[in-house]
Amino acid sequence: MRGVAPNRRPVNMVFQHLALFPMMSVGENIGYGLARRRVAPDATRSRVDAMLERVGLAGARDKRIDQLSGGQKQRVAIARSLVLEPTLLLLDEPLGALDLKLREHMKIELKQLQADFGTTFVYITHDQSEALVLSDHVAVMSAGRFEQVGTPQELYYQPRTPFVAGFVGANNRVAGSAGRVDGEIVEIVTGAGLAVRARASGAIAAGDVVEAFVRPETVALARVTAELPPGAQPFTGRVESLLFDGANSAVLVREIKTHTKIRIALPQTGRFADLDAGETVVFGFDAQRAVCFRAGSHGD
Amino acid sequence: MATETAGDLAAPRTRLALLLLLAPALVWLVGLIVLPHVELAVLSLRARVAPRIYEMSLKQYATFVDEPLYWHTFVRTAAMSILATACTLLIAFPAAWYIAKIARGRKKSVLFVLCLIPFWVSETVRTLGWMILLRESGVMPRLLVDLGITPAPVEMLYHDATILVGLVYTSMLFMVVPLVSALESLDDSLIEAAYDLGGNGWSILRQIVVPHAAPGIVAGSIVVFMLAVGNYLTPTLLGGKNSLWFTEQIYTQFITRFNWEQGAAFGFLLLLLSTAIVWLGLTLSGQRFGDVMRRA
Repeated sequence: MRGVAPNRRPVNMVFQHLALFPMMSVGENIGYGLARRRVAPDATRSRVDAMLERVGLAGARDKRIDQLSGGQKQRVAIARSLVLEPTLLLLDEPLGALDLKLREHMKIELKQLQADFGTTFVYITHDQSEALVLSDHVAVMSAGRFEQVGTPQELYYQPRTPFVAGFVGANNRVAGSAGRVDGEIVEIVTGAGLAVRARASGAIAAGDVVEAFVRPETVALARVTAELPPGAQPFTGRVESLLFDGANSAVLVREIKTHTKIRIALPQTGRFADLDAGETVVFGFDAQRAVCFRAGSHGD
Repeated sequence: MATETAGDLAAPRTRLALLLLLAPALVWLVGLIVLPHVELAVLSLRARVAPRIYEMSLKQYATFVDEPLYWHTFVRTAAMSILATACTLLIAFPAAWYIAKIARGRKKSVLFVLCLIPFWVSETVRTLGWMILLRESGVMPRLLVDLGITPAPVEMLYHDATILVGLVYTSMLFMVVPLVSALESLDDSLIEAAYDLGGNGWSILRQIVVPHAAPGIVAGSIVVFMLAVGNYLTPTLLGGKNSLWFTEQIYTQFITRFNWEQGAAFGFLLLLLSTAIVWLGLTLSGQRFGDVMRRA
């Protein structure tokens, strides 16, 4: 596409607030781009009808825009762009203005539409759940540069920069300096004196200022040390508060000696349903599943 | 139960308060608009058969139809007013677009005030200003001679075009204000989306901007048309004896000929016919009066 002016590229865009033309009917909205390309009126009409059928809005051609629901408007906005058969569809936070329930619904609808059409979607969002659910590939940007490009799974499990680790999904951040380096396992000692072990990402030498990230769901919680998985370094803590959120429930625990706060996901088995604030628990995690970076490192 | 009783007690009091609050407006409406019009209607429907003896008659209205001068004058007034409205719209639209969409912050308010400033001076003085510019011994003809465009000073007053210039100038603000508010409410992303889908400036203007601004355009046009049709000063001063404006006919009947019956009938005809033209305009543009007035 080099040498082609941006406005001449076969790219169309779905706007943040969809920007459907309220003065036109659904059919006129979708047909607008075709009419501008001087497609014959009857060809326009049949292509509009075919497109409406594909997005599940057959028969809505003569409706006004304000007669549509949020989900239908989004489908019209996408149909309006896709009818021009672009090689790439740019979506600029199309769900940003919607409430949570509708957003969840539209997310799934968008994914299905994309799979049906097979057109490449470039989807811009700051909602990482949208990014993870919808995408085959995600590029995480910070301050105008790419931090990491990869599949959602790679971003989540193998973040390459502290920004990505902190940004994608919930994470516990432990900052300190590198202590003993044992192969790819580094020991991080925080200012308060807590020592945790994590897998190093990139070269780390003893004494470096580092940041480690531990996912809440990788931390195992137990009432007695014997229940912790073998190999996990055991810590003792006091439950500070319970964060009940259905399947995403978690518990905030303070490590008993250093008062370091750590978020631990509650297992779905209901084993800790009777857990109370103030209780003493043990927790630990596999050092392989925690990741450690030299502070301030960037991708590239 | 208790709240219901309180509500019952409060209702007549609320109504009284509402009536008191409305009283000045009602007095104004009834005393200055409804009553004079009833009086005029009665006047217009009678004819003098002998000194101080009158009878009900449609003679005054018949005169309007029978005497070509009168209805010719009306048609001319209406046509020129429509032309003036169209010219005002054409000039005001780009100005309103600039104020609503391109100018930002301080510049925007300065431009808006610039539209308003001429209205701080009375209409008479503004019109006299045009006379100073355009009369034979005035600024413009002199300039044309100095530039060698015309050999001798040209009289630029007392033409139809002069009347149009005056009318457009007087009514500009009343077109710019509703247009600015209509255009400001147009979401810029609609224009971006239209460009994204391959639209060009002209098609976007025709299919997106004008339909969106239509209530504002119609509101401004109605106000400007009514002001032009009912204008007396500008056509008289800038058009001179040739201006043949319908309000002048009304003035002549009332003041010069002291024929109040005829004047009243003309007054009503002006009201009815200009209302009919506005109605026709609304129907042709597919706008509803209520929507339009909400935008004005």
